[in-house]
Amino acid sequence: MVTRGFFGRRRETPPRPIPPGQYLERGFPVLTAGPTQRVPLDQWTFTLVGVDGEPLGEWNWEQFRSLPETEIFTDIHCVTKWSKLDTTWKGVTIDDMLAAAGVSDVPPYLMAFSYGGYTTNLPTWDVIEGRGMVAFEFDGQPIAPEHGGPARLVVPHLYFWKSAKWLRGIRFMPQDQPGFWEQYGYHMYGDPWKEQRYWGD
Amino acid sequence: MLSDVDPVGAGFKPAPTPTHWQSAVVERVVVETYRARTFTLRLDEARPFLAGQHYDVRLTAPDGYQAQRSYSIASPPNYQTGTIDLTVELIPDGEVSPYFHEVVQPGDELEVRGPIGGPFTWTPDRGGPLLLVAGGSGIVPLRSMLAHREVAARALPALLLYSARTSDDIIYRAWLDALPQGDPAVQVSYTLTRRQPSCWSGYARRVDPSMLSDCISRLSQLAERNGAAAADPICYVCGPTGFVETVADGLLEVGISETVIRTERFGPTS
Repeated sequence: MVTRGFFGRRRETPPRPIPPGQYLERGFPVLTAGPTQRVPLDQWTFTLVGVDGEPLGEWNWEQFRSLPETEIFTDIHCVTKWSKLDTTWKGVTIDDMLAAAGVSDVPPYLMAFSYGGYTTNLPTWDVIEGRGMVAFEFDGQPIAPEHGGPARLVVPHLYFWKSAKWLRGIRFMPQDQPGFWEQYGYHMYGDPWKEQRYWGD
Repeated sequence: MLSDVDPVGAGFKPAPTPTHWQSAVVERVVVETYRARTFTLRLDEARPFLAGQHYDVRLTAPDGYQAQRSYSIASPPNYQTGTIDLTVELIPDGEVSPYFHEVVQPGDELEVRGPIGGPFTWTPDRGGPLLLVAGGSGIVPLRSMLAHREVAARALPALLLYSARTSDDIIYRAWLDALPQGDPAVQVSYTLTRRQPSCWSGYARRVDPSMLSDCISRLSQLAERNGAAAADPICYVCGPTGFVETVADGLLEVGISETVIRTERFGPTS
């Protein structure tokens, strides 16, 4: 349906395609259901949890920061319609965390869980082989608390609500289960290029 | 074993259903302020919604280019009317809000999808007392909550703290000013951050912890006067990102538990 009198007034033309229904944003908006979490580094821990609740690996901040670092340069896309191009994230890939924990056989799904109680579900495939990391730097600076610092998940090929802020750990699951926004009607997978925003997409 | 905590209260789930794009006809346009207008849309398919939810709007250009934005519902959730009110603030260099302000008129057809949104909703069974804190056009979903409270939970103590730049920026001013008349359980407080009229009796600064603590004690007095049981307030905060960050941090600072603070932010961090 063509909307009467609408011709599009893009603030700027994207230098490369962005997913359908998105617009370019220079700033960095925030989608959070409650107050910003402030996690002191000396109290921060990260846990990998197996399907039966057994810990597979645990790191404090110092141990986490001694893991191999990886930098990724990517565009990010929020379900609330903004896309931000050319972001740089530094962190530890999930592959390196699994290797450090000596985990080779991974169950098919996971629930990322955060300080403050946030959760989001992902197929394990989407965070391994370089597709996901636990990031601690954004554009060369420690990640600000409102953007998920000290460490957040970054899975840039999915809508950014999957990139859980204030990450506290990852729990593996034999089957997919909805996380926080997913229970409120957001899509179980969230591919921005297929515009999987909500249930039914 | 680690458990997943529901950060916004166990058991509270509004049970969303899949939504799809539908057509809506603009029935009425109301100029609220020099940069806010309310559009009453008659939906092809009326759907139940909760106070605090939003709709997505999709505009399509003749060349197929589409733009989408989300707008909070301003009207109370009596969906049987078949209409929703969306209040749109003009963002001068924006793309969709100038279209609403400069082009949309009654009779126009728009594509919309909703209702959407879960944590930032209020239903009477959530109870109160209610502390609502709005920054700028963040008043819109809180207006739906207040209007819903008027019909569904009138005895529930509620206080709105609304921060705007000047008195000309206050959306729904007449409705908000009339609200406490004949409803002793509700109070509306404004703070004007940039310019105040002469003889202004409201606050005249950005929201800070002492203002929040003042509002919380007035809310508990309000509860006491209206015979409501003493309870900590549940809080809804909506506005620009920086505003919500400040208010949510301030609420934590004055001792409100994070489990009763729900937020909705718009716009980038500075």
